[in-house]
Amino acid sequence: MMTVSEKFQHLRQRGEAALIPFITAGDPDLETTIVALQALDRHGADFIELGIPYADPLADGPVIQAAATRALQRGTNFAKILEVLEEVKDKITAPLIIFSYINPILQLGVSKFLQQIYDRGARGLVVPDLPLEEAAVVLQPAAEIGIEVTLLVAPTTPQERMAKIANHSQGFIYLVSTTGVTGMRAQVGKRVQKMLEELRKVTDKPIGVGFGISQPEHARQVIAWNADAVIVGSAMVKRLHEEGVPSMAELCASLKRAIKWEETIG
Amino acid sequence: MTAGIVSRPDRLGRFGIFGGKYVPETLMSALEELEQAAQQYQQDPHFQAELDRYLRDYVGRPTPLYLAERLTEHYRSAQIYLKREDLNHTGAHKINNALGQVLLALRMGKKRIIAETGAGQHGVATATVCARFGLECVIYMGVEDMARQELNVFRMRLLGAEVRPVSAGTGTLKDATSEAIRDWVTNVETTHYILGSVAGPHPYPMLVRDFQAVIGRETKQQCLEKWGGLPDVLLACVGGGSNAMGLFHPFVEEPSVRLIGIEAAGEGTDTDRHAATLTKGKIGVLHGAMSYLLQDEEGQVQEAHSISAGLDYPGVGPEHSYLKDSGRAEYYSVTDQEALAAFQLVARLEGIIPALETAHAFAYLEKLCPQLTPTHRIVINCSGRGDKDVQTAIKHLQGG
Repeated sequence: MMTVSEKFQHLRQRGEAALIPFITAGDPDLETTIVALQALDRHGADFIELGIPYADPLADGPVIQAAATRALQRGTNFAKILEVLEEVKDKITAPLIIFSYINPILQLGVSKFLQQIYDRGARGLVVPDLPLEEAAVVLQPAAEIGIEVTLLVAPTTPQERMAKIANHSQGFIYLVSTTGVTGMRAQVGKRVQKMLEELRKVTDKPIGVGFGISQPEHARQVIAWNADAVIVGSAMVKRLHEEGVPSMAELCASLKRAIKWEETIG
Repeated sequence: MTAGIVSRPDRLGRFGIFGGKYVPETLMSALEELEQAAQQYQQDPHFQAELDRYLRDYVGRPTPLYLAERLTEHYRSAQIYLKREDLNHTGAHKINNALGQVLLALRMGKKRIIAETGAGQHGVATATVCARFGLECVIYMGVEDMARQELNVFRMRLLGAEVRPVSAGTGTLKDATSEAIRDWVTNVETTHYILGSVAGPHPYPMLVRDFQAVIGRETKQQCLEKWGGLPDVLLACVGGGSNAMGLFHPFVEEPSVRLIGIEAAGEGTDTDRHAATLTKGKIGVLHGAMSYLLQDEEGQVQEAHSISAGLDYPGVGPEHSYLKDSGRAEYYSVTDQEALAAFQLVARLEGIIPALETAHAFAYLEKLCPQLTPTHRIVINCSGRGDKDVQTAIKHLQGG
C-alpha cells in the first residue's frame, strides 16, 4: 500500500484533490465495516480514516460519540479491528488512516499498536488528543515503523505554532475548520479560507480540512479555497447508520464529484 | 540539583511522568493563556489582596481548626483536629478555587463560565461566584448525579445557573467533565472553564492546588498558634483530590508530617464497584492528564462507583499519582458502609454532619487511630457539610 505522502504526491501530479471519508470501526458491526471500507474505496475515497471506538471521545460530537457507543456495545475491540484490517488490506487501494485517542494506544503499547496496524495495511494515524508537546512518544516509533502521524491545526493556533506543527506533521496537515467538536454544520466558516492562506505561508505539505464538512457544496468550497483534501466524518457515519452502505457510498461518490467538478471549472 | 517538590509541576506541566496536556489542539492556546494569567496574577499584590478580601468577607475564612474532643475521646488515641472547610460559604472547600478562578476569568475578559460537577458542591460554588460577579454560568452534571443530588441542582438553578444534564456514558462526573471540555473546545474564545479539581490538563492541577492551598497554609499557622508545632498526620478524602491537595501542599516538604488520602472503595476493592483509582488503577490518560486511571486492558475507561457522588470518578489528580509513586503520601480506601458509619458517628459525637465524601476520611480513623498515641495530632480536612447527602443517607440507613 502507498504511504499517505506518496498518495498525495500522486494526486498532486494529476491535479486532483483528495476525499477522506471517516467511519467508526464496528458501527453497527464489524462485518458492515468490512463492506463499507470496500464501498468507500470504490466510490471515490482517496484515503479512508477508520476510527477506533473510544468510550470517552473528547473531540467528538454526538454523531461519532453515538457510533463509538454502539460499536463498543457490540463488543468491538482492538483485536477484532485488526482482523477487519487484515481482511480488507488487499482489497482496497485507498491508504488507511487510523483515528484513535491516545489512551488505547498507550495501554496497548505505542510500538506494538503501530506495528500491528502497519502490518495490516494502515499507513497513517491521527490522534485528536495529542498536541505537538505530547506527540514525541508516538512520532519517533511511528517514523521507524513507517506510519505517518498527522497533527492537527486549529482556528485558535497562532501562526508561529502553526509552522511548528506543520513541520512535525507527516502525510498531511489536518486543519480543523472550526472551534468545536466533530459534527455537521450548516456551512463552512469564511475563516477557513484565511487559515488555509496562513498555513500555506508556512508549509508546502498537503492540507486536509475537516470538522463540520458534510455536504458536496462544503467540500467544493474548501477545495476552491485551495485545500488538498476534505475529511468528512459525521455525515458519513450518520448516513451509514441511518441508511446503510449503499447510501453512504452514494454520499462518498457525490462528494468526490463535487471536488472534481471544482477542479474542472477552477 | 533537582527542583524541590513545591516547584512542581515542571515547565511542561509534569509531576514526574504524570500530568501534561492531552487535549485537542483547539484548547492549547487557551491553556497557554490561562497559565500566563495565573502566573501574572498570582504574583500581583492587587489580585492577591482582592482574593484575600473575598475569602475573608464573602467566604468566611479563615476556617477554624477545631479539636474534636468527643471523637478524640471515642478513639482514645491521637488528638483529632478538624479543619472546618464545611463552614465556608456554600458548605465546602470548593469555593476557594471557584472564587480564585472567577477573579482570573474577569481579568482575562471572559464573560461566560462553564463547569462540571459531581456532588454538586463545585457546581454550587461556581454558580455562586458567577451570581456574585454577574457572569453567565453553565454547569454540566451527569443525570445519575442530578438524581442523587437534587438539592444542589435546585441550589444552582436558584443561583441563576443553567444546569445541563449529561446522559452520555455513565451519567456521572466523568461524562460531565467530558461534556464541559467539549463546550470549552467550542466556545473557547469567550468562555472560561472553571475545572473543580486538581485534575485535567496543565495548568489546572497546579492552578486549583494553588487556590486550595489556603487550607494548608491556614492549618500550618493554626497548628503553630495552638501547640507551636506541626501536625503528625494529615487526612483527607480523594476523588479528583482538590481538598487533599490543598491541605497537603504546604506540608509536602515537611517530612515529619504523614499525608494520607482516602479513596472510595464503594462496595469493596475486590469487586468492580469502587472508585479506588490510586489503589487499583493503571497509568493512563483521562481528561487531558496522565495519571492513575480505572481502565480495562484496551484503555477503555471503566465505570467508578461510590455512594458519594463527589468521589465517583475513575481518575485522580496527577500530583496525587506523583505523591503516591514517590512514596511521599499514602493512599487507602474505605467502603460505602464504612463511610456511612463514620457519617453517623461524627454527627452523634460532634454535632457535625459531614459530607459523604468527607465521611470517607473520618472512616479511616478506625484503622489509623490504633497506630497512634495521645501525643500525636491528626488534622482531618472536614471538606464539606452533609446536608446535601441526607436523602442518600435516608435511603441507605432506613433501607438497610
